[in-house]
Amino acid sequence: MAVLWLIPFLPFLSATLMLLSAGRMPRYLSAWLGVGSIGLAAVCVALVARAYLADHQVQELTLWTWMSVDNFTPRIAFRVDGLTVVMMSVITGVGFLIHLYSVEFMWEDESICRYFAYMNLFVAAMLLLVMADNLLLLYLGWEGVGACSYLLVGFWYRDPDNGRAARKAFIVTRVGDTAMALGLFLLFTELGTLDIQPLMAAANDRWQIGDTLPILATALLLGGALGKSAQLPLHTWLPDAMAGPTPVSALIHAATMVTAGVYLIARLYELFLLAPPTLAVIAWIGLLTLLLAAFTALAQKDIKRILAYSTISQIGYMFLALGVGAFASSIFHLVTHAFFKALLFLAAGAVIHCLHHEHNIFRMGGLRTRLPVVFLSFLIGSAALAALPFSSGFFSKEGILLSAWTQPGIGPWLWAGGLLGALLTSIYSFRLVFIVFFGEAQTEPDRQPGWQMAIPLMVLCVLSLVGGWFVLPLSGVLPDPGHDPVSHWVEYISIGTPLLGLTVAYLLYLGRQVSIASLMASPAGAAVQSFWYGGARIDKLYDLLLVRPFTGLTHWWRNEPVDLLYNALVWMTRWGHGRLVVLQTGELRWYATSMVFGLLLLLAIVLRDSA
Amino acid sequence: MGGLQIPLEHVLLIASCLFSCGLAGLMLRRNLIFMLMSLEVMLNSAALAFVAAGARWGQPDGQIIFLFILSIAAAEVAVGLGLVLQIQRRFKTLDMDQANRLRG
Amino acid sequence: MSMVVLIGLLLIGGVIAWWTERINSDWPRWVALATVCAALLYLLRITASLSLESFELVPDPHDGASWLLHLKLAWIPRFGINFELAMDGLSLLLVALTLLLGLIAIASSWSEINFKTGFFHANLLWTLAGVCGVFLALDLFLFFLFWEVMLIPMYLLIAIWGHENSGYAAMKFFIFTQFSGLLMLLSIVVLAWQGAVTNGLLSFSYFDLLGLPLEGPLAWVTMLGFFIAFTVKLPGFPFHTWLPDAHTQAPTAGSVLLAGILLKTGAYGLLRFCIPLFPDISAQFAPIAMGLGAAGVIYGAILAFGQTDFKRLVAYSSVSHMGFVLLGLYAWNTLALQGAVMQMVAHGVSTAALFTLAGSLQQRLHTRDMRQMGGLWHQAPRMGACAMFFALASLGLPGLGNFVAEFLILLGLFAVQPWLCAVAALGLISAAIYALWMMQQTFQGEPDTGRQMRDFNGREMLAMTTMIVALIGLGLYPQPVLDLVEPTLDALQQEVRSDVIRAFATTSAAQ
Repeated sequence: MAVLWLIPFLPFLSATLMLLSAGRMPRYLSAWLGVGSIGLAAVCVALVARAYLADHQVQELTLWTWMSVDNFTPRIAFRVDGLTVVMMSVITGVGFLIHLYSVEFMWEDESICRYFAYMNLFVAAMLLLVMADNLLLLYLGWEGVGACSYLLVGFWYRDPDNGRAARKAFIVTRVGDTAMALGLFLLFTELGTLDIQPLMAAANDRWQIGDTLPILATALLLGGALGKSAQLPLHTWLPDAMAGPTPVSALIHAATMVTAGVYLIARLYELFLLAPPTLAVIAWIGLLTLLLAAFTALAQKDIKRILAYSTISQIGYMFLALGVGAFASSIFHLVTHAFFKALLFLAAGAVIHCLHHEHNIFRMGGLRTRLPVVFLSFLIGSAALAALPFSSGFFSKEGILLSAWTQPGIGPWLWAGGLLGALLTSIYSFRLVFIVFFGEAQTEPDRQPGWQMAIPLMVLCVLSLVGGWFVLPLSGVLPDPGHDPVSHWVEYISIGTPLLGLTVAYLLYLGRQVSIASLMASPAGAAVQSFWYGGARIDKLYDLLLVRPFTGLTHWWRNEPVDLLYNALVWMTRWGHGRLVVLQTGELRWYATSMVFGLLLLLAIVLRDSA
Repeated sequence: MGGLQIPLEHVLLIASCLFSCGLAGLMLRRNLIFMLMSLEVMLNSAALAFVAAGARWGQPDGQIIFLFILSIAAAEVAVGLGLVLQIQRRFKTLDMDQANRLRG
Repeated sequence: MSMVVLIGLLLIGGVIAWWTERINSDWPRWVALATVCAALLYLLRITASLSLESFELVPDPHDGASWLLHLKLAWIPRFGINFELAMDGLSLLLVALTLLLGLIAIASSWSEINFKTGFFHANLLWTLAGVCGVFLALDLFLFFLFWEVMLIPMYLLIAIWGHENSGYAAMKFFIFTQFSGLLMLLSIVVLAWQGAVTNGLLSFSYFDLLGLPLEGPLAWVTMLGFFIAFTVKLPGFPFHTWLPDAHTQAPTAGSVLLAGILLKTGAYGLLRFCIPLFPDISAQFAPIAMGLGAAGVIYGAILAFGQTDFKRLVAYSSVSHMGFVLLGLYAWNTLALQGAVMQMVAHGVSTAALFTLAGSLQQRLHTRDMRQMGGLWHQAPRMGACAMFFALASLGLPGLGNFVAEFLILLGLFAVQPWLCAVAALGLISAAIYALWMMQQTFQGEPDTGRQMRDFNGREMLAMTTMIVALIGLGLYPQPVLDLVEPTLDALQQEVRSDVIRAFATTSAAQ
């Protein structure tokens, strides 16, 4: 289908134009170009999606052969099936809304052109990632979104902290990406191709379930997914990445890029099915991450950090679903999460925007009446995040928990863990709502969100509410094992848990029935609070184990230790020079005399030999 | 080939005596002019040996080499005296032990 | 004769550039520019005159006739020394790269050099001539001659127009390369003598010396002579220590030439001479060489991060990148070799660009110390954008040439040495660390508002844009380059493979 290539090309083209203008483009033109290109791409995606929904025909398009060396012939080629259609719709649809929102959010920034250029470049790379028909092109998109994330997190480059956060985001994900690259090497060396469909066919052909090689390969790929999707142990970059503008967090660090790891595993599900141990690890990592991040979110003060940890936690749910083989449920949660988390971030952005860039939730309060639109959005977003009944998050999370429950063996444990996570999610989301929007006002907003902000919020509100009724065209693309009917009390418990969380949050933060302040004042409470406030000290641990030794080593070596070897040679030469130089007296007669004696010596030797 | 025949050995003896004188002068004198003169003596002793050897074997080569040495000596003196002038001007002395700026 | 004209053009252009300085000190720049442009056009004409099929023909390593161009003139017949030049796809690619980077070098020093411009440009052109000669010479004696020809002008470039500590750096560069060159000369003589013993004919021709049955300690020492000479130039760990000093002290054009092309002569020498001339020994030596390559990758990256001098940082990043080349060459399969050639080109372009940037920064700020920079994006957004692009290229962002190169190298290496590949892949992480740290220290951070700095002008942007386009082109459609060198790599691989097989056959027959 010819329109296919336009989808990544339009954002790329507009990004290029903006970059070439070197920042001299008028701001309304950059805004139009930035939003318009994504809008056009969204229209193209809609066309493609309609065609796909009509006949469920996979669409392919090869642009050119990227390179051809030996039997390594990756192409620049797209392949669009149901999963890709879903991802493309999320990227361009949510992306369009976020771009529109950005117009107002970034209007006063002097570098709005640069902002839209990076954002469009990101969308292009992300589209390449999901449309790629081979793993190398996917890797291009994969690293491309990483680079754009780096550029956007460090967008306000004047503050060194932002630069630090941007570098951290890139380098930590690069660790995962390198593992993934090794995975690609392994796959190509063993299977002789990187085209996704032939690759999975060949893997099924040659490998049995539980062989070492698929386990190794999937483990390496998992490394990439963990880095990109901010899962343990590579999750530390995401909270810091909140240094970027808020729409960036909404688009990259909530809706699209961080879910790339989920997409990767779903895309290569046949490969992962060959490696049950890897799947089990994925499930456990997901569970561990979602609990850890939920606990951490509960202790944060910065509105964006809370949402960041909540994102990590929700992606943990997706990984849990992947690990138990419920790929479709995972993607479903990805989609609903994209809606409600983008909504939450944009609403948080609106709060920050209207409150002189205030991030601390304890300096907000009482915004319910002052920013009604934002309050409504936040309320709906939090309801969906907490999976209150009939919100979109409810349906997707329910599916994941039930799939976990029916998993033989470890299922109930995963289910119980997931349930605990759901409880925590509910508590921290409503803690946020209660503290920010209820109570006494601490800071007065100096403006109201305009229409460019309000419209995306409203649309996302609707999507967050009704998203649960969407039927994603994933049948036939991803296996949907479905789950056996479960007893009703399991379902009742999962419905009841978020409500319980809501009640707890009400008691703690709004009703003030239990004094949270006195709880925190106790030594044990303070220790727990500070432990979780620091993200379980994982950052400190990495700092101690990796960063300091590395910087120490570079500092120690910076003056080139190898040169010591050559300097030793130089020193020896100098020493020999010092010894021999005494022979050079500079006196002519001494030279003449030594020549004579030398000659005599030579003569004597010659005469002796001839004699 | 009549007349007084001087045996080659005698000439060589004289030549080596001259050479030793020159060598001794070169090694012992400190004044550059005397060193140059000693050098001349040594060159001439070699030339004498060549001429004698040419005469002994009836070859012209000895005399050719003598001419060579003559021209070399002339050139050497020219360069040498130039150096002498420069050294005198720069160091205000011709004592070669004083002009040891090449000491390492 | 066309190759002689090409080299002669550069040599004579140098003389003219030197001479025109008497008229006006700006003239040598124009003369140099015109000379390199003329050489490029001439190369284009030569290439255009060749038939398309000849590019697909696998050049026979024992007969120059099947090469794209071949020229053999008697030079010193008594010792079997000929004036023998030949061009295949690999040489063509590298000569083209040389001339293109020559243009960049001239452009980047346009306003930097303001004394002895004539002699400067003469040296620049003579270096280019020497490098072109190295890439074309197929008589080992002639090869050695060109090897030295490119060295001396380079020494002068660093010594005369270098920065504060240029004497030391130039001398270090000279001693390292000269000493290793001496080892190579000895090896060449031993090899020719071995050839005379075996073939009964003294010859220094590459075609005659390929495939000699070499065994034992003498052959090892001979191979090491070549290996050390080329690895010093590459530079490979632990012979790299001349490079940071030379790069840091050289004028911008010198750094561009050094990083862009002189380093490539080392890689070219390994690929063309060292491995094919000693296939069996190289096969045994490969693990050590690859170990040195991986060590260079990691070591260079670690040291790059520790630097405070912009040019030193880029210099160490070169050590890291050229480590990949060493890995790719000794992995010796098509993927890795193509990757190595690609790395030569891509690294040439990206590092040349970074050195040009460093030069412009030094010219404007009078310092290379990154601790005194920061926030330069504010004053010079165009420079910042270019720096960002090349920093990303240097850390191997997909879609740019360096990624294609490093990916192919590691992909080929994985089939041979998976563990070493994993170690070398750590270099990708550390590359991200130093490249981004460099950006942070220079262009990001709080700007010094009192500082006035001129952004890139049209000429500088033109040079930068050329290199940006080249890297994107190499990254998204590298096929022309891959196709150009493929026959050469095929030929070399067949040569080595058949030799190794023959060697194995003889040893098993003896048993």
